[in-house]
Amino acid sequence: MEKEKILALTAVELGKAIAAGETTSVEATKAYLDQMDAVEGAIHSYVTVEAESALAAAEAADAAIKAGTLTGPLAGVPIAVKDNMCIEGSRTSCSSHILENFVPTFTATAVKRLQDAGAVILGRTNMDEFAMGSTTETSYYGPTSNPWNLEHVPGGSSGGSAAAVAADECAMALGSDTGGSIRQPASFCGVTGIKPTYGRVSRYGLIAYGSSLDQIGPLGKDVTDCATVLEMISAHDEKDSTSADRDDIKFTEALVDNVKGLKIGLPRDYFGEGLDPEVKEAVLAAAETLRLKGAIVEEFDLGLVEYAIPAYYVIACAEASSNLERFDGVKYGFRTPDYADLHSMYKKTRSEGFGPEVKRRIMLGSFVLSSGYFDAYYVKALRVKHMIKDAFDKAFEKYDVILGPCAPTTALKKGQSLSDPLKMYLGDIYTVSVNLAGLPGISLPCGYDANGLPIGLQLLGQTFDEKTIIRAAYSFEQTFVDEKKKPDLTAVEGRA
Amino acid sequence: MEITDETIEYVGILAQLELSDEEKKAAKKSMTEMLDYVNKLNELDTSDVEPMSHTFPVANVMREDVVTNGDDSENMLKNAPEKTENAYIVPQTF
Amino acid sequence: MSKDYEVVIGLEVHVELNTKTKIFCGCSTEFGGAPNSHVCPVCAGMPGSLPVLNKEVLHKAIAVGLATNCDITRDSKFDRKNYFYPDNPQNYQISQLYFPICRNGKVEIELKDGTKKFVRIHEIHMEEDAGKLVHDAATDETYVDFNRSGVPLIEIVSEPDMRSSEEVIAYLDTLRETIQYLGASDCKLNEGSMRADVNLSIREKGSEEFGTRTETKNLNSFKAIQRCIENEIGRQIDIIEEGGKVMQETRRWDDDKEYSYPMRSKEDAQDYRYFPDPDLVPIHVSEEMINEIKAEEPEFRPAKKIRYQEELGLPEYDADQITSEKHLTELLEGAVALGADAKKVSNWLMTETMRLMKETSTDADKLKFSAENLAKLVKLVESKEINNAVAKEVFEKAVFAENLDPEQYVKDNNMSTKADAGQLEAVVEKAIAANPKAVEDIKAGKGKAIGAIVGFVMKEMKGKCDPGEVNKLINQKLN
Ligand SMILES: [Mg+2]
Ligand SMILES: [Zn+2]
Repeated sequence: MEKEKILALTAVELGKAIAAGETTSVEATKAYLDQMDAVEGAIHSYVTVEAESALAAAEAADAAIKAGTLTGPLAGVPIAVKDNMCIEGSRTSCSSHILENFVPTFTATAVKRLQDAGAVILGRTNMDEFAMGSTTETSYYGPTSNPWNLEHVPGGSSGGSAAAVAADECAMALGSDTGGSIRQPASFCGVTGIKPTYGRVSRYGLIAYGSSLDQIGPLGKDVTDCATVLEMISAHDEKDSTSADRDDIKFTEALVDNVKGLKIGLPRDYFGEGLDPEVKEAVLAAAETLRLKGAIVEEFDLGLVEYAIPAYYVIACAEASSNLERFDGVKYGFRTPDYADLHSMYKKTRSEGFGPEVKRRIMLGSFVLSSGYFDAYYVKALRVKHMIKDAFDKAFEKYDVILGPCAPTTALKKGQSLSDPLKMYLGDIYTVSVNLAGLPGISLPCGYDANGLPIGLQLLGQTFDEKTIIRAAYSFEQTFVDEKKKPDLTAVEGRA
Repeated sequence: MEITDETIEYVGILAQLELSDEEKKAAKKSMTEMLDYVNKLNELDTSDVEPMSHTFPVANVMREDVVTNGDDSENMLKNAPEKTENAYIVPQTF
Repeated sequence: MSKDYEVVIGLEVHVELNTKTKIFCGCSTEFGGAPNSHVCPVCAGMPGSLPVLNKEVLHKAIAVGLATNCDITRDSKFDRKNYFYPDNPQNYQISQLYFPICRNGKVEIELKDGTKKFVRIHEIHMEEDAGKLVHDAATDETYVDFNRSGVPLIEIVSEPDMRSSEEVIAYLDTLRETIQYLGASDCKLNEGSMRADVNLSIREKGSEEFGTRTETKNLNSFKAIQRCIENEIGRQIDIIEEGGKVMQETRRWDDDKEYSYPMRSKEDAQDYRYFPDPDLVPIHVSEEMINEIKAEEPEFRPAKKIRYQEELGLPEYDADQITSEKHLTELLEGAVALGADAKKVSNWLMTETMRLMKETSTDADKLKFSAENLAKLVKLVESKEINNAVAKEVFEKAVFAENLDPEQYVKDNNMSTKADAGQLEAVVEKAIAANPKAVEDIKAGKGKAIGAIVGFVMKEMKGKCDPGEVNKLINQKLN
């Protein structure tokens, strides 16, 4: 099969083509590696491309498929993995200098499940350093560009994963979402992403940012790909105490074009000041599409939206400050070459090893946990988190799905938010509360602004009710499919 | 909330970070801003609200007391910046 | 000393639980082994690894709490204690601050003069041990070994209820006994499975207020604890007498030099930023769980001591000695259950066993021999198969050293001292005939003279007979 034809397929379609013998895993892997050769210079989705091991895995997959021992929707399908999930033998840096040479000795459970299903890992995607950021500009290895317009950011922190999917540099990718890090880049890059319910996917092997918020999830070309992958990575894991033991994981069963009677709530608080009018228009149009398909759409007041960001930053930074203490130059990663004693080794290693945004968050997190401030900041934030969860619970008594924008704007220009962190944080307004409440959310394209940049629609569901938002998203996608675009990469090719 | 030089110094010790003067200045500014913003939480009366750590009710996740790991010292030390044959090396501690 | 002072002491006792695996991973807790050979991503603090609680740790912590009259916290949690030190791979220790598993307990201690008092327990919490640092003076480097990292500990925090080193030792002894009886730890100070930090302050007698306290660490024997307390009392009184102020600080005891010194530098802010560990879920202790653990509770020392006297007829001294080590009670009870006489078993344990333990520096829990072989030995003596002298030899060489079956051993080595009845009678007659002077003396009422005849028989029989039996026979013949 020609490269163009392969790249045009979704992950599930490619899996079927490989199974049917229309193409092979090796051929598909080569097509993606070719595509990287053409566009990586301009887009920089990957921190590490692992061509050799990918081709070896593809050969093994082809052999196993031929022998009939490997079946399933992802058998032989080339994918990418965010650089914060441990893979045995594969450098995992979190896009940080401090883990520049870190090669894990075990593989994250979610990744392992995809490997076992025959997926071929092409490489490690770029991200904001330790997932701290919403633009993929804080990566030690340089920023990723948005495939729709290289002057713009791809979003973050899973910006590399979203850009790689958008630029056909992989069939699908894994990302992680602590405050919107799957949904927002999916929205900025015009792809689909799911942030599962907290506990749905094992965190074992995911290098922690905010442990009570982090979830691994898929970024894909469409809802079907995301539901399929989510079904494969959802499982109870004895190695993760916070992993849920549930059997309602047949997400592909929810790929049904039917929203009749579905109750959809539009939080007025998500459509107020600060929301770009073009985004607002597209998202409301999406709501109207669903209404025309038989859903009951209503506006309501969710409340507390403005408190989600401060609560989120206190909790996430506090947990991060502790999670990142282990990076000290003793057991792995970077150690400063010159030091006088133990403490200078610690301090210099960490100060040289972490970038400014990571240090900023560690400082804030250490402060809010310090003696005298713990109750005023950290415990207070946990109480607000409780209130936010209650507000969602109340909303879900009335609605099956909450619909809104994923981000206040489309992808920003590079360099705009780094100078003003607070402004960058405010961009997370529609995504962070979902992490605080542990809910599932899906982001999918619903339109394009005047500059041709994608607009993301966000659907939120009740705890462990991914199926309903998958059904709603799938139904919308069926109607939107003709309007759905791909970025024009002809101008990108060969550009460095 | 005004963050002082002493606070930055103190938090630097807690976090084991050594900031340059410029970084300290930036940290002071951004921390002050952030905390001012976070103080917004005080608009909410949370006196009757329990702090919530986990969002779904799960308790008593435990393992059986069975040895599952063998000697993996080679792998454990593989990434160490400085090591002997079977131990990590750190600067003198006392 | 111009004034009358009172010392106020509270203890933080760390006890290593004797589980098979570490508190949050499936690594072995076995002592020894090459450095970093019992280590996995979890206990080496590898990025991406996550802790999962060992069920046994919770059960043993609750068992200790119940045995020390604590309230069990129904909804308990783990917290992170953050501080940078290379023995701590995550640079935080998983411990419990806000909801420790046990609270409000007390244990009764008994002093040498027989007075009894309660020491209250503030709390017991579960936590992980740190790794080991070995310093190489030649290279000025420190080597880190994480084999101990993640070994389960409970920390038993007392109220400041102790007023002397004697009370402290009595308290530690009571804890050690109780926990050993529970089978939750071997509680050996010298091996580090029990460690005590001493919080100590001085105040004028009669004062209600506490003085400023110091915390002293690194105490690894009862003697060290005693010496450290006496030293710290003196140090604090000197400071006060000279008009100074005791600094609240953590000190480290050097038992060789017999002095303590402050431990921390300015880099240690002692601000641990405790917060609930998001990687672990809450623990809910049900009534059912508590009842189950209660049902498994063993008979503790005080009850055993009384029962040994009342049911087994042991003297108080014996009951006290045997119950000082749980393993000895197991041997005693095991042998008695097999039909051996309690007092005789007790004698073997208190004399020969304790002598050999001392000579070979063997701890009670490391004794090799079984109750079965001890019972057999007692019966061999009772049935006169062997005499006492031979029994001692059999015990030392076969039973104590190698847990061999004494019956088999006696048979194999032809050590029976049971003489053929006819042969013995003949020899006795021969002895009487050969010792007319002794016979005369005996008849004249000098009972001691029988020794000469017994000696003659023993010599003639080459020791293979029972002196008691010989005595009896001689008396029969002469009457
Ligand atoms: Mg402790
Ligand atoms: Zn381990």
